[in-house]
Amino acid sequence: MAILVIADHDNANLFGATLNTVAAAQAIGGDIHVLVAGQNAQPVADAAAKVAGVSKVLLADNAAYAHQLPENVAPLVVELAAHYSHVLAAASTNGKNFLPRVAALLDVDQISEIIAVESADTFKRPIYAGNAIATVRSTAPVKVITVRATGFDPVAAEGGSAAIEAVSLVKDAGLSSFVGEELAKSDRPELGAAKVVVSGGRGLQNGDNFKILYALADKLGAAVGASRAAVDAGFVPNDMQVGQTGKIVAPQLYIAVGISGAIQHLAGMKDSKVIVAINKDEEAPIFQVADYGLVGDLFELVPELEKAI
Amino acid sequence: MKVLVAVKRVVDYNVKVRVKADQTGVDLANVKMSMNPFCEIAVEEAVRLKEKGIASEIVVVTAGPAQAQEQLRTALALGADRAVLIDTGTAELSSLTTAKLLKAVVDQEQPQLVILGKQAIDSDNNQTGQMLAALTGFAQGTFASKVEQAGDGLNVTREIDGGLQTVALKLPAVVTTDLRLNEPRYASLPNIMKAKKKPLETLTPDALGVAVKASYEVVKVEAPAGRQAGIKVKSVAELVEKLKNEAKVI
Repeated sequence: MAILVIADHDNANLFGATLNTVAAAQAIGGDIHVLVAGQNAQPVADAAAKVAGVSKVLLADNAAYAHQLPENVAPLVVELAAHYSHVLAAASTNGKNFLPRVAALLDVDQISEIIAVESADTFKRPIYAGNAIATVRSTAPVKVITVRATGFDPVAAEGGSAAIEAVSLVKDAGLSSFVGEELAKSDRPELGAAKVVVSGGRGLQNGDNFKILYALADKLGAAVGASRAAVDAGFVPNDMQVGQTGKIVAPQLYIAVGISGAIQHLAGMKDSKVIVAINKDEEAPIFQVADYGLVGDLFELVPELEKAI
Repeated sequence: MKVLVAVKRVVDYNVKVRVKADQTGVDLANVKMSMNPFCEIAVEEAVRLKEKGIASEIVVVTAGPAQAQEQLRTALALGADRAVLIDTGTAELSSLTTAKLLKAVVDQEQPQLVILGKQAIDSDNNQTGQMLAALTGFAQGTFASKVEQAGDGLNVTREIDGGLQTVALKLPAVVTTDLRLNEPRYASLPNIMKAKKKPLETLTPDALGVAVKASYEVVKVEAPAGRQAGIKVKSVAELVEKLKNEAKVI
């Protein structure tokens, strides 16, 4: 039995979520191969070859895969899938984009966002915004799975020495093309990978006030997130959203500032190790999940906390 | 162009669901049901395309129980022209089955654009749109925050990890909606009345030649491990002390 893990990357860097996905593959058990589909993606293949537990790296390097358009990547994966019992990808926006397309072309159901492996065919996944956990057994000949990174501790990025094999298959569907992208530039860690996350909600009142969170985050080496309410109100961009409809995070420390604690927000952060809530409303539901609650005016408390650390 | 919008009837997003004691699923008896929030955004986008003169006709479709007619009527009240119910009774539909049912409707209706929500808030699968694109061989623009006509095709701006990506799609295409694509309107009372007279056709999986099946089974459904409320600290100093010495996270 061999498992194909599809690398999450930007042609230059192998993203951390791939390490969690390899960890899920190890829990399933079997030979683990990593597919890097990209253009000029040799550095990614080199990084993947060093990942602990990986026995082979397949590098499909072609202009058709430069931006990992799902119309091109999916048929490539489908053709390779014949040799594998499982095909896994991180539940990143990229994995979520192409993997269901792969599953449909293979005529199998996809098991989305697993958080635990019970056996080679049985997995746990959250449903209803994490208010229920389903145990699902796949009877598909090829199990197609996205992996929620927070459910699995990452494997070591170093220590492996897998062979890199070139894949010459070129699938260019000609249905779509890349126009451009705007990526937020930040010196802070990425939300999904940060050990500490500071998030703001409607209590911040406007986008400008988020600067007090940035100051605190910089002191802690933290990423900054936001509730859906803050995103809907236009305070901050959507890629900062933590929740059922945004990013799922599980850092060592999560500091929720001016966030009431709607179900959909809790779904995105309740697996954090330690939760701190700062809110002026002592009845706010966020306090029901917080390890440490501080009731008061965030505009006084957050700068005070920043100075105290 | 003709636009097909697929919607799903789900537990209202304000309802806190409870797991059934026998672990077979969540308790849906006497629970408020609504249109999935991402599907509302899909309907709104289609209506806006029609208002701009880009869409000529909006057909709304759902696969679900007979009661899902309520959600179709809502979509008709918001501006869809006619509706198709694929009556699947009480069957649980996998995303792949739903995609196959929708593909059969696409074959009949021949739309240039299909708009769906990116994810239903019950199963949280985030699959159906991508699967429909695969089965039809259409281009896909998932997690859209902007949809614009560009030449013979569409430019779709997508919400991705770390920012935004714009792709150009040939038509016909599938678009799935993210939160910031638009803010759905409310249906006015006159439009709700008018919607009752708009055509609603009922189909069955048999008539569409699709078998309702799944390549998985749900073994059990449990409540998540609960999280206990902690303590309230009185000051920033006490908080910092606890984080350093008790939780040891800073």
